[in-house]
Amino acid sequence: MLYGKRLRGLSIAAFVTLTAGIALAFFYAPMDADQGFMQKIFYVHVPLAMVALGGFVFGGAMAIQHLRTRDPRYDLRSYVAIHLSLILGAGVLITGSIWARASWGHWWVWDEPTLVSFLIVFLLYATYQPLRFSIDDPEKQARYASVFAITAGAFVPLNFLAVRLAQAYTHPRVFATANGGLPARMQVAFYVMLVGMALLYATLWKYEMASKSTSWQLRRLRAKLAGEESAAPRGRSAAPSLPTTT
Amino acid sequence: MRRAVGALLRKELRLELRAPQSVPAMALFSVTTLVLFHFALQRGEVDGDLAAGVLCVTLLFAAMLGVSRLFVADREEGGLDGFLLAPVDRTALLVAKAVALGAFLVAVECVLVPAFVFLLLGPALDAAAFARLALVLLLVDAGVAVVGTLVGAIAVQTRARDLLVPLLALPLLMPVVIALAKATTPLFLAAGAGSLPVRWLGILALYDLVFGLLAYGLFDFLVED
Repeated sequence: MLYGKRLRGLSIAAFVTLTAGIALAFFYAPMDADQGFMQKIFYVHVPLAMVALGGFVFGGAMAIQHLRTRDPRYDLRSYVAIHLSLILGAGVLITGSIWARASWGHWWVWDEPTLVSFLIVFLLYATYQPLRFSIDDPEKQARYASVFAITAGAFVPLNFLAVRLAQAYTHPRVFATANGGLPARMQVAFYVMLVGMALLYATLWKYEMASKSTSWQLRRLRAKLAGEESAAPRGRSAAPSLPTTT
Repeated sequence: MRRAVGALLRKELRLELRAPQSVPAMALFSVTTLVLFHFALQRGEVDGDLAAGVLCVTLLFAAMLGVSRLFVADREEGGLDGFLLAPVDRTALLVAKAVALGAFLVAVECVLVPAFVFLLLGPALDAAAFARLALVLLLVDAGVAVVGTLVGAIAVQTRARDLLVPLLALPLLMPVVIALAKATTPLFLAAGAGSLPVRWLGILALYDLVFGLLAYGLFDFLVED
């Protein structure tokens, strides 16, 4: 299967939307009366977090498909989704920390339930790669990784609930929820950024899928041309592998 | 199904009774950890949220020992292969292992809680507070047993086995930690035991339910070969 199709269009769309979103956030959305310029990080931080969580859930859904169909392609989709969400997750924690420093004077605050939940989720998913890496058999690796992805996907909402309830009070926040007390012009910028982030995620996902499946096809062709033995043995890897003979 | 679970559970408990391995290690480890807390916190006695935290961390770390041993014997001695040859539902293994791990945890708590009260806890626990503590711990044990069985079954197939167990299980058990700490804090207050926060019992029950269903749905995929 080719994943390179429509990649160019998607890349351009992601670039244009993100540029537009950043322009809107800086020039169109009003300056926050309370937090001033620092509030602009909100337009990066929150869409990033939402897209990263969405990616984890997508990875879980692909893992369910993998266990149902046993098609290694679904495992690859799940792997790429989780792996990209982890990278985005690091971005979420860094931007969140900067924002916390700017508005509360500390790099990390424990009574901000969403950020704390995100840290726990991030720590859990950080074991995804070591888990894959320490199982040699590719089929078993895929199966166990899928079980992990589904468990972790179900854990996310439960964890958010528990952490939110654990806070006696939450910090008084200027924008209680993303769509609640937000002025219309801020909302426009926010939603454009959200769409842009989602497009960026989709683009990166497709790029990695294209790269991975191309190298698989290459291996398969090599094996076909020069015989099974000529292909270099595949080293131990956390990345899923498709069978070279089909 | 019931007979299979019964047979597996009997085997599990008999093994532990004839050659005690997990429970003594867990119990000894938990008492050592209490001593460790005494020196690390530099306190003769603790109460309130600090006491809840000490109990919570000690119990969880002791549980990690049990989880990492849970499937090791079956894998090394071929018990897993034997089980897979038997024409029984694979869920039986999940239920038996989870019940066995839960029983181990209860046994460890029978040592840990008295030792904790005796060594570290400042305010005395009356019978009512003790009963409430037992209720919370039972709900916690159920959650730890289910998640522990799932994680143990995953980790035993990996090369990094013991390394992965705490890495996988501790983040997954974070809601349990929150609920256990929140629910037991009022029991250990210096001013006398307060009432049990029902909300946290609800969270624990919800957690047990969700992960029970998840384990039920996913366990079959972990014992295929």
